[in-house]
Amino acid sequence: MSALLARLVAHRLFWPVVMLLVLFTINLIAFPGFFTVTVRDGHLFGSLIDILRNGAPTLIIAVGMTLVIATRGIDLSVGAVAAIAGAVACSIILGSPEPGSPATVAVAVTVALLISLVLGVWNGFLVAVLGIQPIIATLILMTAGRGVAMLITEGQILTVNSPPFKALGSGFWLGIPIAVIIAAVVFGVAALVTRRTALGMFIESVGINPEASRQAGVRARGLLFVVYTFSAFCAAIAGLILTANTAAADANNTGLFIELDAILAVVIGGTSLAGGRYSLVGTLVGALVIQTLVTTVYTVGIPPIATMVFKAAVVTIVCLLQSPTTADALSGFRRRLAVRAGKGVAAS
Amino acid sequence: MKKLIGIAAAGAMLVALAGCASGGAASEGPKPLDELVVGFAQVGAESGWRTANTKDIQASFEEAGIELKFSDAQQKQENQIKAIRSYIQQQVDVIAFSPVVETGWDAVLNEAKAAGIPVVLTDRAVDSKDESLYESFLGSDFIVEGEKAGAWVLEEFADATEPVEIIQLEGTTGAAPAIDRAEGFAEVIAENPNLEVVASQTGDFTRAGGKQVTEALLKSNPGVDLIYAHNDDMGLGAIEAIEAAGLVPGVDIKILTIDAVKDGMQALADGKINFIVECSPLLGKQLVEIVKQINDGETPEKRIITEETTFTQEQAIEALPDRQY
Repeated sequence: MSALLARLVAHRLFWPVVMLLVLFTINLIAFPGFFTVTVRDGHLFGSLIDILRNGAPTLIIAVGMTLVIATRGIDLSVGAVAAIAGAVACSIILGSPEPGSPATVAVAVTVALLISLVLGVWNGFLVAVLGIQPIIATLILMTAGRGVAMLITEGQILTVNSPPFKALGSGFWLGIPIAVIIAAVVFGVAALVTRRTALGMFIESVGINPEASRQAGVRARGLLFVVYTFSAFCAAIAGLILTANTAAADANNTGLFIELDAILAVVIGGTSLAGGRYSLVGTLVGALVIQTLVTTVYTVGIPPIATMVFKAAVVTIVCLLQSPTTADALSGFRRRLAVRAGKGVAAS
Repeated sequence: MKKLIGIAAAGAMLVALAGCASGGAASEGPKPLDELVVGFAQVGAESGWRTANTKDIQASFEEAGIELKFSDAQQKQENQIKAIRSYIQQQVDVIAFSPVVETGWDAVLNEAKAAGIPVVLTDRAVDSKDESLYESFLGSDFIVEGEKAGAWVLEEFADATEPVEIIQLEGTTGAAPAIDRAEGFAEVIAENPNLEVVASQTGDFTRAGGKQVTEALLKSNPGVDLIYAHNDDMGLGAIEAIEAAGLVPGVDIKILTIDAVKDGMQALADGKINFIVECSPLLGKQLVEIVKQINDGETPEKRIITEETTFTQEQAIEALPDRQY
């Protein structure tokens, strides 16, 4: 039994999951109806549904980010790519004679996603071909991208009146939020493709030692192109959901700082920024922790000036609990306790 | 290098001398309007509000027949300082600008003062101990906006016998409009003990922020009667959240916002928002008046508040067709 517990505690997802449960409990105390999920107007309605729906964009971006980080890279441009995708889609819908028709929305979404592929290839080119450090390479698009989005929207917030587009962000299918379904599909595809094929292993090997994996015959360059393009693609999907959520493209604010949330989700999920081994399930838990944290702030009524400190405290605790040094110290403490207990047993 | 500094110093002295000369000329009496030159250094074009501000200022000066030199600082202070320096060199009659940030203006404003060119601040203030550095500050008073919002709530819920639950969607934490709009509102509604702000969270002035906060707060405060948003965008987000909860915005839960941008006015006309306090970017006409006063040798008021109004749903329907922003 205790061996099972020890293995459970040693699992890298143990502390993030505990943190998630603690946050749930805090919410439950502050607001007893927290877990209540009802059906309203034919769709699911409740705090948990909100957490899933609002957390979907962060999760989608974090999935792409996980693969990038596994190659020892980082993608800072995701927020800007999200803003561009939203701006492109909204300006196409606004410019069309029938903003409400599904065909228009399909065209807008497709064009936005195609543009994101180009942006991803650009990032991949800078990193894989020119050999620029990922943090610098993607910083270029991070700063320039928002400017591009501003140019597309001409500095205005573009409000669209298009029910099919709006459904992407706030619609429901069989009672489940469409955003959540999209996130589940992205997550499922990423997990299947990288874990059911050797792709995931190649990504990890490039992250652990690019030179050794190249000599072993892994085509690192192509792989980097793939992960950065996938990351931009995920960012564009998230950007479309974020934009559709309010039915308005806001080039200044769509996906602002979402790259930091996504990186945080990946790190909370136990994937090291040094590259190598990654965990998509960990990223899922990380994204849920971050979104629950946001909801907790509102539910508990933490004053806005203290919000940042509260978030920082929670994240610090999770990171401390997860760090190998803390884990060693804890296990040493447990061992000493066990030894003392053993002595006690022998003496009696 | 030394040579360069020497040239720069000589240049600065020349400018100062020229400044003195023009200062002398200004005191000779009012110039005809078509000989006046005004330099305006704008922040940038970061929002629809700002674009409307720019257009209104340009149009107002054209209408008054006064030449306007315009520059766009693209949200960078150094660009704005460069623009102001170039206006000083060109010896314009008045310099007006919306400071990008509050601090760091003393040096360039002293140069303008030394050159005898009066400076007018628009829309945003500077944080300087020396008030003689500028003639006048023309802009909105955010506290008054909060008070106007509070006054509407007092009237709307005047005969409420039960407590009225209010959710406040604050602007970006620490931003002047967020602090002042909360302050003015709180002061006024304190008059009626039935009015209670049950929750107050920041929505960062964005639609997405307003929506997410409202979603969460509607669940923990199901009895809410009114949402007070510090800008239209957060109010528009709140509308989405209320509709998703199966309620009718403007009826089940009343909404009160500040700004009166076009999308907000549309929602007001559609009955989804109940009342909007205007925060107007249209201060061109008042700026022209100040320039004329300075030209006539009068001293304009140190603090001039933008002419602003409030909108009910009926007024929004009337005003919407000629709304510029």
